[in-house]
Amino acid sequence: MKFAIAVFGAPYSSQASLSALHFAQAVTLAKHELYRVFFYHDGVLNGNNLMVPPQDELNLQNAWVEFAATSKSELVVCIASALRRGMLNAEETRRYEKTASSLDPAFIISGLGQLIDAGLQADRLVTFN
Amino acid sequence: MAMKKFLFVQTQPPHGSINGQEGLDAVLMGSAFTECAVLFLDDGIYQILSDQQTGPLNSKDYSVTYLALADYGVNNIYCCQTHLNERSLSTKDLILPVQALPEASIRRLFDEYDVILSF
Repeated sequence: MKFAIAVFGAPYSSQASLSALHFAQAVTLAKHELYRVFFYHDGVLNGNNLMVPPQDELNLQNAWVEFAATSKSELVVCIASALRRGMLNAEETRRYEKTASSLDPAFIISGLGQLIDAGLQADRLVTFN
Repeated sequence: MAMKKFLFVQTQPPHGSINGQEGLDAVLMGSAFTECAVLFLDDGIYQILSDQQTGPLNSKDYSVTYLALADYGVNNIYCCQTHLNERSLSTKDLILPVQALPEASIRRLFDEYDVILSF
């Protein structure tokens, strides 16, 4: 089956991000296809490479990057949600003349159309709120 | 394959969180791709209350953007009659024409749509 995942919840503040990561891992482990992971709302904060959680806790941003690398999955953040919350990649940092970029390069910045496309293409779009 | 139909469900009141506003953005984007409908449940109904005065909140009055839905070809807009009643509201208090449905019909609505995105 072809799955797509939408993550709406902020990392750590709610269980949404961790549950989404576990679900994504289960999808690929069971040899299903993962079409895309789309981050919307506070979910875009999962791409924050400035997060420094305590050492005995999971670094969610690292975990997503590792998952994407091993599973060859696509991680996409909504540009409007990301900019509003200060999630900028190198290109956006230059565009808005900011001093630091915050979005890990493993996360692609794109538009909301990618969420709609995920709903159209996948057999199941699963939302974590 | 027939195009999938999307149902966007708005459940949160406006201004207290950005969920509704970003949900509406998703509806507008969805309408560019396929047939979309919007369902207002619970406090989500407050998003389309007429005459919102958001100035003192420094919050954008995005309720007027709902008026553009018809131009985007989104003509199926629903809410729950029970949830209106619970808030002493009627469809006359809302900024745009909405079909108020009994709970049983809302259940059927969920069956009718292929993709449901809840905000």
